Amino acid sequence: MKIIILGAGQVGRTAAYHLAREEANDVTVVDVNDHLLRDLQDRLDIRTVAGSGAHPNILELAGAASADMIVALTNSDEVNMVACQVAWTLFRTRTKIARIRSLAYTGHEALFFDTDTPPPDGAGFPVDVYISPEELVTQYVERLIRYSGALQVLDFADGRVRLVGLKAVRGGPLVGQQLRNLREHLPNVDARVVAIYRAGNSIAPEGDTVIEHEDEVFFLAATEDMRQVMIELRRVDDAVKRVVIAGGGNIGLRLAQRIEDRYQVKIIERDAARARRIAEILRNAVVLHGDAADEELLIEENIDSADVFCAVTNAEEANILSAMLAKRLGAHRVMALINRPAYAEMMQSGSIDVAISPQSVTIGSLLAHVRRGDVVRVHSLRRGAAEAIEAIAHGSRGGKVVGRRVEEIKLPKGATIGAIVRGQDVIMGHHDTLVEADDHVIVFLSDRRHVEAVERLFQE
Amino acid sequence: MSRKHLNLGVIQRILGLLLMLFSVTMLVPAAVSLLYADGQVALFISAFLILMAVGLLAWLPSRRQRGDLRLRDGFLVVVLFWSVIGLAGALPFFLADDPRMTVTEAVFESVSGFTTTGATVLVGLDALPPSILYYRQQIQWLGGIGIVVLAVALLPLLGIGGMQLLKAETPGPMKDAKLTPRIAGTAKALWLVYLLLTTAGVLAYWAAGMSLFDAVGHSFAAVSTGGYSTHDASIGYFASPAIETITIVLMVLGGASFALHFLAWRHRRLGDYWRDPEFRAYLAVLGATTFIAVAVLVWNDVHDHPFTSLRSALFHAVSVQTSTGYTTENFALWPGALPVLLMFTTFIGGCAGSTAGGMKVIRWLLVLRQGTREVTRLIHPNAEVAVKLGDKPVGPRIVEAVWGFFAVYLVVFTLLMLALMGTGVEQITAFSAIATCINNVGPGLGEVASNFRSVNAAGLWISTIAMLLGRLEIFPILVLLSPGFWRG
Repeated sequence: MKIIILGAGQVGRTAAYHLAREEANDVTVVDVNDHLLRDLQDRLDIRTVAGSGAHPNILELAGAASADMIVALTNSDEVNMVACQVAWTLFRTRTKIARIRSLAYTGHEALFFDTDTPPPDGAGFPVDVYISPEELVTQYVERLIRYSGALQVLDFADGRVRLVGLKAVRGGPLVGQQLRNLREHLPNVDARVVAIYRAGNSIAPEGDTVIEHEDEVFFLAATEDMRQVMIELRRVDDAVKRVVIAGGGNIGLRLAQRIEDRYQVKIIERDAARARRIAEILRNAVVLHGDAADEELLIEENIDSADVFCAVTNAEEANILSAMLAKRLGAHRVMALINRPAYAEMMQSGSIDVAISPQSVTIGSLLAHVRRGDVVRVHSLRRGAAEAIEAIAHGSRGGKVVGRRVEEIKLPKGATIGAIVRGQDVIMGHHDTLVEADDHVIVFLSDRRHVEAVERLFQE
Repeated sequence: MSRKHLNLGVIQRILGLLLMLFSVTMLVPAAVSLLYADGQVALFISAFLILMAVGLLAWLPSRRQRGDLRLRDGFLVVVLFWSVIGLAGALPFFLADDPRMTVTEAVFESVSGFTTTGATVLVGLDALPPSILYYRQQIQWLGGIGIVVLAVALLPLLGIGGMQLLKAETPGPMKDAKLTPRIAGTAKALWLVYLLLTTAGVLAYWAAGMSLFDAVGHSFAAVSTGGYSTHDASIGYFASPAIETITIVLMVLGGASFALHFLAWRHRRLGDYWRDPEFRAYLAVLGATTFIAVAVLVWNDVHDHPFTSLRSALFHAVSVQTSTGYTTENFALWPGALPVLLMFTTFIGGCAGSTAGGMKVIRWLLVLRQGTREVTRLIHPNAEVAVKLGDKPVGPRIVEAVWGFFAVYLVVFTLLMLALMGTGVEQITAFSAIATCINNVGPGLGEVASNFRSVNAAGLWISTIAMLLGRLEIFPILVLLSPGFWRG
């Protein structure tokens, strides 16, 4: 697929990295900053064009005439929207994805239309999909807070099924037991363990696999059963009551707004003017003006009784340090927003409970559009090494997927069919489950390099 | 995690693979030998087997080595690769009974082929077995657009690090331009253009009356601006205006940027050539040299007819400046400053990203623009003047790099020339031998006007090194010689 990425910022670079490492994609990155581009071109097998991404001549230089997809990820909503408009009007680019952050725009759905199903009057911006990294990250963090103990919580089939990754802890009823005992422990719940990582290495989960202390376990279950399964793998965590958020930026504020009615929320912001501004917006949350890495402030605000401490400022180093400090001062569970994969790896193995990588949260929504076959959703896991895919099975009986039992489907190595969603029903993927047409099939791939084999299965 | 700052395992794997890839090319002259029944089949098959075995030996123990090539690895791979291929290509020459060649001569002939220099130590070409003649043409063709480019196009093994390799091999000051998003795609595009030009050349030569064997051989060596011929008298053997015209066109095209060819072809716009400032300057220099040469030749009554002078002047101006080195007569005997003037045009050479040698037109253009900028600044001390190519400004980093290149080129040239004179070669021969080698031309002046037979063994090694330095534009080799590279 020929892809043009506009913007070589944090999000653009990650997108370029993930898309270019797949053999099938030809990636061109456009940015106004020549230095950023040169640096990027040295590291990735991509082409770069310097200039403003919304200008028709620059888009033409970048090969818009033959591009299949344009992804506008600059930090200006307006540039992104105009770029999509230009690409559609002049070049008829099929898929147009724009990063649009401001709620002022995204609040009006009528502003945008999908060019596959254009409105009769043709009014609006031809943006097929808009993503807001901040919004995605906020939702993600919110789910992590709700499922205390989870490292990752990912939605499938509009939230009917969830994939949860968590660390097994001694004391959980299933820890030290074989996987097949899960069914005896929870006779009324259907769940499926799709992957186990022990000391960073993937282990294929079989019936006789024994879950050990510190294993990272990924399982799929219907959303309403989630909590019961989690309890099997670690001691019961008390329900979350008190949440401290460090950083009142875009993400911090949105997060506070979403959760302030459910939990007792304190939010720490360094900038006095910003602190006043968010205090005006928030209704229940307590806004504190100060430094999140200030020991005294944290102690004064009873950090030791906080259930969750969540550092989401723009500066990842500050996030790491304040989260480590909060942990040492007694916060029950600390999370930090960390951009660099290397930092995330270092931190999650020790001093910080959950390292939130905004890139892998965002990239999934892009990957769903480059996957061939009818792919609804893609989640990138373990810093891009693994992937979870929700695809729709098409075709007639006797095809590659439809009309076959799970055990008959030729999956590549390391791939597991975790669950099937049929209409409103969630069915876990057992070896004899029959796949029907239009089922949403959720596949877990422990090695992303086999993704093409999975794509082929779901292509007609 | 490795503590080593060079990824030697990966380098070994790549070199092994490339050697195996190269060994396969030995099968073509073997087939030619079968066709002409000249008795060299065993020679090329044994060369194939030996190189394949050496390649396998290098590849097998390192085949599981993974990891990306980093900048440093790239330099090492390119330099090693050109040296190894130069040596490997010498194998058939060394093994052959006819001609009998020493190791030195065989390596010189092979490196001269791969670097598209075209200087030779062989005489009596017309009597050599056809398969060996063909083999000489083939290595020129392989070396023309670059062996790494070929490897990147054929093997998807180089990944991201492949760009570092391409950069180290591609001639010219600006190396970041990619024609397609993927390097493999860019390399394939370049080879496609190269292949098309060569095919067109074969057909044209054939139509003009060459035998198919000669047509293939000369098209190989003209498009690659190499200059090997299957005849001692070079293109002069054919004594045909049509063949000379075809040769001129092929050489001019081979000396122009292949990226430009590709873009003009994709856009179906000939105007792209004219809009390219480097191409215009390239033609202008060719035109000026031809004009001076015609004037001098006619003034001195060198030929019977002014038209013959024009024909010969144009042919040699193009042949020498594009660093091809085809001849129809001995231009070293031309009157006055003409032979030395031609030698100087080889320092200008062809366009960046072409198969030609020399310092490249674009670099001279940038230096010239710098010069005019200084003049403007003297007249208007407060003027803000940008160095531009066409409409595009050129960053100070590139201009600096061009100056650095000039300085290093001249120093290296002087040192090599002194070294060659040290081996007992007289001055004009030494000057022209190093100029012709470092600029990858072929023929020189004095004793090396038609071949390098009279040069001693030490002199041949110095010339061999000059050819490699010129082909890789000096810096990759200089990098390897700097202690900082090895210190990590």
